[in-house]
Amino acid sequence: MQLMDSSHSNPMSLCSQADSQRTLYPYVTGTSVIGVKYKDGILMAADMGGSYGSTLRYKSVERMKPIGKHSLLGASGEISDFQEILHYLDELILYDNMWDDGNSLGPKEVHSYLTRVMYNRRNKFNPLWNSLVLGGVKNGQKYLGTVSMIGVHFEDNHVATGFGNHLARPILRDEWHEDLSFEDGVKLLEKCMRVLLYRDRSAVNKLQIAKITEEGVTISQPYSLKTFWGFSAFQNPTVGAEGSW
Amino acid sequence: MSKAVVDVPPKGGFSFDLCRRNEMLSKKGVQTPPFRKTGTTIVGLVFQDGVILGADTRATEGPIVCDKNCEKIHYMAPNIYCCGAGTAADTEAVTDMVSSQLQLHRYHTGRESRVVTALTLLKSHLFSYQGYVQAALVLGGVDCTGPHLHTIYPHGSTDTLPFATMGSGSLAAMAVFESKYHEGLTREEGINLVSEAICSGIFNDLGSGSNVDVCVITKGHKEYLRNHQLPNPRTYVSAKGYSFPKPIEVLLTKVTPLKEKVEVIEGGDAMEE
Repeated sequence: MQLMDSSHSNPMSLCSQADSQRTLYPYVTGTSVIGVKYKDGILMAADMGGSYGSTLRYKSVERMKPIGKHSLLGASGEISDFQEILHYLDELILYDNMWDDGNSLGPKEVHSYLTRVMYNRRNKFNPLWNSLVLGGVKNGQKYLGTVSMIGVHFEDNHVATGFGNHLARPILRDEWHEDLSFEDGVKLLEKCMRVLLYRDRSAVNKLQIAKITEEGVTISQPYSLKTFWGFSAFQNPTVGAEGSW
Repeated sequence: MSKAVVDVPPKGGFSFDLCRRNEMLSKKGVQTPPFRKTGTTIVGLVFQDGVILGADTRATEGPIVCDKNCEKIHYMAPNIYCCGAGTAADTEAVTDMVSSQLQLHRYHTGRESRVVTALTLLKSHLFSYQGYVQAALVLGGVDCTGPHLHTIYPHGSTDTLPFATMGSGSLAAMAVFESKYHEGLTREEGINLVSEAICSGIFNDLGSGSNVDVCVITKGHKEYLRNHQLPNPRTYVSAKGYSFPKPIEVLLTKVTPLKEKVEVIEGGDAMEE
């Protein structure tokens, strides 16, 4: 690779003191975010855990935030990079408001902006270590999209980041349908979050569900899911062969 | 390979003689040939009368599907079956070997095999090879002590579970199980849930595909439903049909036996039990 050679031959800007300022690995990370389109808008769910490596260090991290009037952003990955993205978006919305032209940035525009930001950072080998879920409603049009840390972006009826891709998307592909009611949407999201709680080691049992409709954003209070551990094979795994494991 | 040394028969276990050569070759850019893996989704669950096992039917060699309809549910004993994921040769060989050992044990004891016997034989074999035999298995069966379901990992650790999934499609299948499994399923509910889980693996995982195989084991009875579901039919078949050149016609069939047929006498000269 080009970088390897340049470190030996001449001190290129990519490799000397700029090294200490590139993101090499994430430190405080959030786990999956799931988003679905429903009848009135978008529903998004994320738990409130911030893991520091393998420790569950922070248990009240809000990983979903409203952006402007029409969008909701959820992020998994490095929390500090998420806060940086919120800062960028703050500026973007501020400039938009200062125009005072009666128009406001919709979810599609914010998604496009985020894609450019993520892709450009990745091209400089200094990525923002996040997978983002962007949902919103503007003028009756529902929009749900995702951007990854390398700039891969697409929009779909249901998206998930991280482990959610492997565990939640199969369920959503089977059970999502057009025009879900609010209760059905929440039940579906809770089903996926429960599977993630059982099978993702960095999940916490404290989640929020956010909803965005034409009227605005509502982020629920944190709550926890009920789990079931009463299978007979769990109570007595060595039935018939005492002493084995 | 010096000729001066007396040829000692190789001791058991793996011989790592060729590892240095392989490293040298890979440094020179020669790629290791891909081996046949069973990409795979395999599942098992315990229902009210016994155990149901399920598997997809795709075998891959690197990025190519080498067998569209292979069998991943292996016979161990009349009341025990085992699904295998990982390297196809390893799963076949290990299940065949333990199956023969179980049969010899049955002759020795005169009793039906127990699932924990198969479990112990498999796990001690896999542990002694320290994970080099890449077989990840879902073992299920019903014996005199009841229905049992176990997972066995390539390094030799095992779990006893009410429902289990293994293979590359295990997360997709586990998502279905975790959301829909409960104790006391009936036979139809169990088969449907297993088929749903395998279909989830087939459609959401690239290493799994083609058809669904199901095996239902209950006390004293087993049902192997090969290709229980075929959710991937051939979509485009040429409407024109195919025309072949005129075949060779058969004009006359005459069979002349070379030897006289031997008469089989019922009940004579049977093997002593």
